[in-house]
Amino acid sequence: MRTMLVWATGALALAGIPQAALANGWNMPVGVTDVSRDIYSLHMVIFWICVVIGVLVFGAMFYSLFRYRRSQGASAAQFHEHTTVEVIWTAIPLLILIGMALPATATLRTMYDASQADLDVMVTGQQWRWRYEYLGEEVAFTSNLGTPREQIAGGDEKGENYLLEVDEPLVLPVGQKVRLLMTSDDVVHSWWVPDLAVKQDAIPGFVNENWVRINEPGIYRGQCAELCGRDHGFMPVVVEAVEPEQFDQWLAQRKEAATQAAMGIDREWGLDELMTRGEKVYGSICASCHQPDGSGSPPTFPALAGNQAMLDERARHIDTVVNGVSGTAMPAFRSTLNPVEIAAVITWERNAWGNETGDIVQPSEIAEQLSE
Amino acid sequence: MSHRSAPDPRPGVRRTVMRTLVVLAGMFAFAFALVPLYDVFCQVTGLNGKTSGSAQTLAHDDVDTSRTVTMQFITRGSQGLPWQLESDIRQMRLHPGQREEVRFTFRNLGDQTTRARAVPSVSPAEASLHLRKLACFCFQEQQLAAGEGFEAPLVFQLTRDLPAEIKTVTLVYTLYPVQQAPLARVPAAPISEGDEA
Amino acid sequence: MATHLPPKPAPQYSEATAGGMAGAHHDRPRGLMRWVLTTNHKEIGTLYLIFSLTMFFIGGIFAMVVRAELFQPGLQLVQPEFFNQMTTMHGLIMVFGAVMPAFVGLANWMVPLQVGAPDMALPRLNNFSFWLLPVAFTLLLATLFMPGGGPDFGWTFYAPLSTTYAPPSTTFFIFSLHLAGISSILGAINIIATILNLRAPGMRMMDMPLFVWTWLITAFLLIAVMPVLAGVITMMLLDINFGTSFFNAAGGGDPVLFQHLFWFFGHPEVYIMILPAFGIVSVIIPTFARKRLFGYASMVYATASIAILSFLVWAHHMFIVGLPLVAELFFMYTTMLIAVPTGVKVFNWIATLFQGSITFEPPMLFALAFVVLFTIGGFSGLMLAIAPADFQYHDTYFVVAHFHYVLVPGAVFAIMAGVYYWLPKWTGHYPHLRLAQWHFWLSVIGVNLTFFPMHFSGLAGMPRRIPDYALQFADFNMVTSLGAFLFGASQLLFVAVVILCIRGGEKAPAQAWEGAEDLEWTVPSPAPLHTFDTPPDFKPDQP
Repeated sequence: MRTMLVWATGALALAGIPQAALANGWNMPVGVTDVSRDIYSLHMVIFWICVVIGVLVFGAMFYSLFRYRRSQGASAAQFHEHTTVEVIWTAIPLLILIGMALPATATLRTMYDASQADLDVMVTGQQWRWRYEYLGEEVAFTSNLGTPREQIAGGDEKGENYLLEVDEPLVLPVGQKVRLLMTSDDVVHSWWVPDLAVKQDAIPGFVNENWVRINEPGIYRGQCAELCGRDHGFMPVVVEAVEPEQFDQWLAQRKEAATQAAMGIDREWGLDELMTRGEKVYGSICASCHQPDGSGSPPTFPALAGNQAMLDERARHIDTVVNGVSGTAMPAFRSTLNPVEIAAVITWERNAWGNETGDIVQPSEIAEQLSE
Repeated sequence: MSHRSAPDPRPGVRRTVMRTLVVLAGMFAFAFALVPLYDVFCQVTGLNGKTSGSAQTLAHDDVDTSRTVTMQFITRGSQGLPWQLESDIRQMRLHPGQREEVRFTFRNLGDQTTRARAVPSVSPAEASLHLRKLACFCFQEQQLAAGEGFEAPLVFQLTRDLPAEIKTVTLVYTLYPVQQAPLARVPAAPISEGDEA
Repeated sequence: MATHLPPKPAPQYSEATAGGMAGAHHDRPRGLMRWVLTTNHKEIGTLYLIFSLTMFFIGGIFAMVVRAELFQPGLQLVQPEFFNQMTTMHGLIMVFGAVMPAFVGLANWMVPLQVGAPDMALPRLNNFSFWLLPVAFTLLLATLFMPGGGPDFGWTFYAPLSTTYAPPSTTFFIFSLHLAGISSILGAINIIATILNLRAPGMRMMDMPLFVWTWLITAFLLIAVMPVLAGVITMMLLDINFGTSFFNAAGGGDPVLFQHLFWFFGHPEVYIMILPAFGIVSVIIPTFARKRLFGYASMVYATASIAILSFLVWAHHMFIVGLPLVAELFFMYTTMLIAVPTGVKVFNWIATLFQGSITFEPPMLFALAFVVLFTIGGFSGLMLAIAPADFQYHDTYFVVAHFHYVLVPGAVFAIMAGVYYWLPKWTGHYPHLRLAQWHFWLSVIGVNLTFFPMHFSGLAGMPRRIPDYALQFADFNMVTSLGAFLFGASQLLFVAVVILCIRGGEKAPAQAWEGAEDLEWTVPSPAPLHTFDTPPDFKPDQP
C-alpha cells in the first residue's frame, strides 16, 4: 500500500513538471538573446535526459520494491555481482555524459567571445547599488533600488515590480553587441538578468567581462546574485532595451542633463532647496544603512542624528562623504554623485532630525574640492 | 583490555598516527603554498588579468600592421583616498608589437600626505599574457603631499602573438590607499626600483 | 509490529552483563564525571549523537526563523542583518555541528563493533576530540550576542565580506571553526588507526562492511582537506588582525584566491557529508532485502573514485567568477564524470533490491527514501555541472534545492536510517514502530514540500540568501515555508521515538534484524560497555 502511494506520488511529480514548465514563472526564462535561448534549450535537454533516466531508474526500483515484497512470499536470490552488467551501467552513463558535454561546450565557446563589441559599459557593484559607465561617452550614473521603504516594511501595498525596480535603469540598444566590464568597489557582487542570461561576478580590484546582444526591446529585471552584506536582497538590476536611434537620443539627453547639472554648481543655493534635494538623495542612497531617521545601526553604520563628532567637524563630514572611509562600508561618493547632490545631502544631514546646525554646504565648495 | 590473541596493535597504531600527522602538516603547508603557486599560475595562464609586477622588456621589434586593436584605459578611485588619477588618453587604436606610451596624472586632493598604490587589471584576462609593461607607476606605491600631483608614464607593448579574436583590451587601474608600512605578503615578483621615467 | 520482526535468536551473552546506553558500569566515575571523562567508544559515540541532535535543533530553529521571514514578501519579523546571521549560522551549525558529528558518533559506536575491535585505537584522544565540539559551538553561538552580531557572510564566508567588511566577532568565528576542525581531524586519525590496525583477525580490507569502508575514505578526505580549511581561516585571521593582504585587492591580494582555497576544501567537504551516508544505506538495504549487497567491490571502487574526483571539481562552484574557457571546460567535464561512480552506486542498490525478499521497517523506509531523493539531488547536480546552464542556476534557489536534496533527504535521512537501524543494538529495544512510521512519512512529505518548490523559484529567478523577494516568488515561498514548519515539527517525533526507545519498548535480541550480517549483531542488545575484549573469530563469506 505504502509503495503504491510512493509510486503514485512519484509519477504525479514527474508528470506535473513538464506542464508546469510551460507555464510562465515556473521555469528558466527563454530570454531575449541568442545565448539565453541556447542555454534554455541546453537546460531543457538535460532536464529531459534526467527525467528519462529518472523514470527508468525509479521504475526499476519501485518494480523491485513492489514485486519482491516478503509479505508476498518473495524469497531472496543469491546473486551479488555481474561483471557485464556493471560494465554496461558504467559505460552507458559515460556516453550520455559525452552527449551532454558536446552542446554545452559549443555554447560556452560562444559565450566567451566578447570581441567586436559596439558599445562598452563598465558595471561597478557597490554596497548596495550598481554604477553604470558608458565608456567613451562620458555618461555615468548609479542605479538604486526604486521600491519605497514603506512597501518593504509593510506599510504600503507592494507594487507590481516590488524589489525589481530602480530609479535609473541601464539603457542598452537592441541588436548591438554590448561588452559589459564588471568590477566592484567593496565586496563581491554578481550582476544578473535572467532574460539576458548574463550572470557575472563583480570582484573588487579585478575586471571581468561578459557581453550581451539583446534581440527585443523591453524592460528586463534581475538582481544581485552574490551575498554582499545587509542589503544584498535590495540591489536590483533593470535593463531597458531600446531601438538604436532611441538609444542615441537617450545618450544625447543624458549628456545634456549632465551639463545642466554642472551649471547649477556655480550659483549660490538656499537652505530650503538644498534640504529638499538632500532629503531625496539621502532617501535613495544613505537611508538603507544610516536609516531614514538617521539612527544608523551601530557599530557598523554610525548614527547621524545627534552625531556630535560629525556636527563639530564640518570638513571631516564633507571628506567622509566625498572620499568614503577605507575598510568600512562607507563608499566614496566623489564619482557617484554630482557636487550639487553631495552638497545637498551633507546640508540635509547637518540640519535634519534635530541636528539643526543651520549649516549650508554650497555645491561650489564641493566642486572646488573635487577639482583642485 | 587484552587477552587478545591477535598481535599487539599498538606499534601499528603509532605508525598510522605518525603517517597521518605527516600528511596533515603537509596539507597545512600546502594551503599556504597555494598562495604563491596561485600567483605563478595566474601569471602563466593569464588567469584573473594580473599583469607583471616588474618592468619587462620589448618582446620583439617588429609591428604587426595587418590588424589593429583598441586599447582602453580606465582609472578608478576607492573609498578613503582623496586622490585623482587620470590618463591623457582614454582609448587608442594600435598595432600589436607597437611600443606605446600613455601619461597618467596623479593628484592628491586631500589635506594630508597619503600613500596609495594603483592595482592593474586587464580584460579579457588572456590579454594580460601579451601585455608587456616597460615602465609603470603601478610597480610601487606612491606618496603625495596635500595638493601635490605628478605625472607618470605607462610604456607598454601588446605582443604580436595576441590572439586574433581579441579586438579590445581594457586596462583598469584602481587606486587603493596604503594604510601603514606594508605588512603585506611578499609579492610573487620582486618590486623593482626606478621604472619611473 | 510483530509481522515485521525476524525470529528472535537466543541471546548469546547473559543479560546481566548488558550495559551500553541503558545501564551504568561498575567502579567508574558516576554522574556527570562519568560522561566527561569517559574513554569508552560507545559512550563517546552517544555523546556525539546527543550533541549532533542538539545542534540539529538549534540549526533547525535558525532555519525556521529564515522560513518564517520568507513566508511572505516584505520584512515582517527580522531585519536583513539578523536574517543574514540566521542563514549563515544555520549552514555552519548544520554542516559542522549536526551532520559531521552525527557521522562521527555513528562511527564511534559502530566501527569498533563492525571490525571486531574492543574500542577505538586512541580512546583518550577520542574523549578530547568530542569535548572540543561543545566548546567550539558555544563560542560560535555566543557570537550572536556580541556587538555587531555573529557571522553574517554565509557559510561559505567569501572574502572580503568576511574579512574587511565582517563584524568584529569574526575572530571568534575563526577560532571556533579551528576547534571544530581540530576535532574532526583527531576523530579522523582515530578512525583510520582503528580501521587499519584493530580489525578482527581474519578480516581483510575487502571483508569490511561498507559503512567502515566509506568512513575510512571519508577520514582520509578529512585529513586531506581540514588542514586547508585551517589554512584559509588562518589567512583570514591574518588579514583581519595583522594587516596582511591575502584576499584584499588593495594590498595586492585576490578575493578569488579565497574562493579557490575555500572550495578546494569545500567540495571534498560535501563528500565528507555524503560518503558515510552511502555506507549506512549500503548496509541497511541488503539487510531488509535479505540479499547480499550487489557489487560490493564496485561500491568500494566507486566510493574511492568519488573521493579522488572531489579534488578535481572545486571550481564548478565558481563558474561565474570569470574563469578562462579552458578552466570552465575542465571543471565541467570532471564534475559530469562524478555522475558515473554515483550512478554505479544507485544501480547497485537497486540491483540489491531486485529479487530480494523485502520488508519495510523504519530503517529501510529511510534508506529507500534516501535512494530516491538523493538521486533527485544528483540529477539537479548534473544540471548544475553544465557550465553554461549554471550561469543561470548559480546562486539561486535551484542550488539551494539541489544541496538540500543531497543533504537533508540525503545525509540526514541516512543518519536517521542508521539510528533506527542501530537503536536496538544501543538500547536493547526496538523503536516504536507506529511513531517511527509517522516520523518517516511526515518527514518525507515535509522535505519535499520544502525543497521541491525551490527548484521552481530558483529557475524563475530568485537569488539565494535574500531576506525579501519579488511578488512572483510568493507562492513558492509560502509552500516552502509550510513544508519547512512541517518538517521541523516532525523531528520532535524523532526525539520522542529515541527517548521512548531508551526507556523501554519491545526487547531486541542480539540479532535484531533478520537479514543483518555484520559483527555488531553477534554481541547482545543492548551492547555491553565492553565488547570484543577477545577478538571475534571472523569468517569471511568468500574464500
